[in-house]
Amino acid sequence: MHLDHTHSGPVALSADARRPDGTRRALRIGLGGPVGSGKTATVAALCRALREELSLAVVTNDIYTREDAEFLLREAVLPPERISAVETGACPHTAIRDDISANLEAVEDLEDTAGPLDLILVESGGDNLTATFSKGLVDAQIFVIDVAGGDDIPRKGGPGVTTADLLVVNKTDLAPYVGSDLPRMAADAKAQRGELPVVLQSLREETGVRDVADWVRARLADWTAPA
Amino acid sequence: MTAAVTATARIHARPDGRGGTALPVLAGEGPLAPRRTRGTAGEASVVLVGAMSGPLGGDRLRVETEVAEGARLRVGSAAATLALPGRHQDEARYDVRLTVADGGELRWLPEQLISAGGSDLYVTTRADLAARARLVLREEQVLGRTGEEPGRLTSRLTVRIAGRCVLDQELSCGPGAPGGWDGPAVLAGHRAVGQIVVVRPEFAPHPPAARVCPAGAAVLPLAGPAVLLTAVAPDALQLRRALDEALAALG
Amino acid sequence: MSRAALLVLADGRFPAGGHAHSGGAEAAVRAGRITGAGELAEFCRGRLHTTGLVSAALAASAALGMDPAGLDAAADARTPSPALRGAARRLGRQLLRAARATWPSAELDALARDFPKGAHQPVVLGLAARAAGLGAADAAYCSAYESVGGAASATVRLLSLDPLDATGVLARLAPEVDLVVDRAVAAAREALAEGPETLPGASAPLLEILAETHAASPARLFAS
Repeated sequence: MHLDHTHSGPVALSADARRPDGTRRALRIGLGGPVGSGKTATVAALCRALREELSLAVVTNDIYTREDAEFLLREAVLPPERISAVETGACPHTAIRDDISANLEAVEDLEDTAGPLDLILVESGGDNLTATFSKGLVDAQIFVIDVAGGDDIPRKGGPGVTTADLLVVNKTDLAPYVGSDLPRMAADAKAQRGELPVVLQSLREETGVRDVADWVRARLADWTAPA
Repeated sequence: MTAAVTATARIHARPDGRGGTALPVLAGEGPLAPRRTRGTAGEASVVLVGAMSGPLGGDRLRVETEVAEGARLRVGSAAATLALPGRHQDEARYDVRLTVADGGELRWLPEQLISAGGSDLYVTTRADLAARARLVLREEQVLGRTGEEPGRLTSRLTVRIAGRCVLDQELSCGPGAPGGWDGPAVLAGHRAVGQIVVVRPEFAPHPPAARVCPAGAAVLPLAGPAVLLTAVAPDALQLRRALDEALAALG
Repeated sequence: MSRAALLVLADGRFPAGGHAHSGGAEAAVRAGRITGAGELAEFCRGRLHTTGLVSAALAASAALGMDPAGLDAAADARTPSPALRGAARRLGRQLLRAARATWPSAELDALARDFPKGAHQPVVLGLAARAAGLGAADAAYCSAYESVGGAASATVRLLSLDPLDATGVLARLAPEVDLVVDRAVAAAREALAEGPETLPGASAPLLEILAETHAASPARLFAS
């Protein structure tokens, strides 16, 4: 990333940390992971946890246009002008990794229309275990898997599990019902990820999204700290 | 053998000073005969009567209509225009030139143009409007008489408002037209295609919403105070129904 | 100039947003008008000779150095569907981002300043070709090929069509792409002398109508 790279024109080109007017742009955090692992539910929970203290917005990358955006709107976690849906042409991983131009348009438009923003969450469409976000699009990424998707996923690894800045193992409350071995999942994840953090969460429990929200706060503190 | 025809009809409309519209010029030539008919209060009405069937290959027909400031004119035609093959090898041309001044209104509502098998016609329609002019312009084409393969037909429609071009569309179909004209991107086997352009100064602040009407016509607000209603249909009757529905919905 | 720059610009992986657009193929598939390779070929052929010709001529004109504002207005007049105008501007903005990063140029910077909401994609494409040191025919080739390539690859995804069939469709259209490019470049040279109003206006009624049906659809895979 070229964090101190500036351009003369009216739009930043990619991951530039500054907006054209010289102000620092919002921190962008990507949330990826397989279908049904709870990405949208985590985004909704993060919005509820952070919206009082931060100015934030969400970009969704649905497989089928607007489904996830509609869910967030229905749940009223943010006002509609802070939620934007990107169409992905049946390839959500392309839109977050190989050709991020539509997502960059969406995050910049949100900053222009709803800004100034502290944080933009970019949610990927449910995709496979290899889908990761381009560093041109997000500053940090969270990979969300769940216990019901099989307790061998951390052991299998893959770019999402191995390299994401935060791995979330979701729906821990279901572990007894689906026969998933939580300690083994945590150990496998640790083996794959070394020092990179892992959070085991259940949004149904009182702690909910607390650990993930704390991690986001820490990333934001790093982002806004003077260089 | 008959010679190819070159003919021009001219229609000029201006206010008559008593709240109506006068037609100081109403001149036909050859197959083009404009006739004044009973209008309504304020609006003059003209019908183009085709004295011969045409245009035939090699013909050069032209209609020039000018609507002065404050005048209101409706122009229709007595029957559909039939493009037929001529003895001349050249294509036939039919050029329509419409000019409307500020506060003037033209409703240009001819019957269909039918492209008969073996014919070859190039139609151009060009409307030049002042900023506060009003226009309703209908153009309908039927490809072939019943059960007949169509002729070659190319039609270009251009609308300028205050010197700025807001619509420039050309449709080319029939034998020898560029490929794919009857395929799923262009006409998909439909034999009637048409459009209505509506220009109203009040569209500038309040453009109608884009949509597709139940009978299939699309309402397309243009980049200017104008709307294009466009439709394809199996036949002339269903085309007219679709366009009329979309026009009525504009209010 | 490097001819290889043409390969970079024409590459389907050039990150300018095209992958999320089907060129009307999704709406045509839903309407039952494309069910296999034969109909895809006719669909692409119709696109090529209408919107493909217009886009190629606009791109060639921009590559020749014509005023982008005049070309953008000409593109508006040739695109009655507001959904298609919106898609063309969004794609233009995405392409401009990629082109400015790839071939920095004062002309591209000026275009970004003058069109903050995006200029029509073919106009941007022509200027990008120019910035890459390419000529009018190169720009026209890019644009004409894009007008069919995007629809073909979208149809592979929409119908699970055999990708070999889709590629065959594109290969068999190649001679017609050559013809369209020749016409587009000739039209661009005429426009350079006479002004943008002489550019071709070839239209496809069903593409315009279906674009609005598609834009109003609550669930779709492709943006256009």
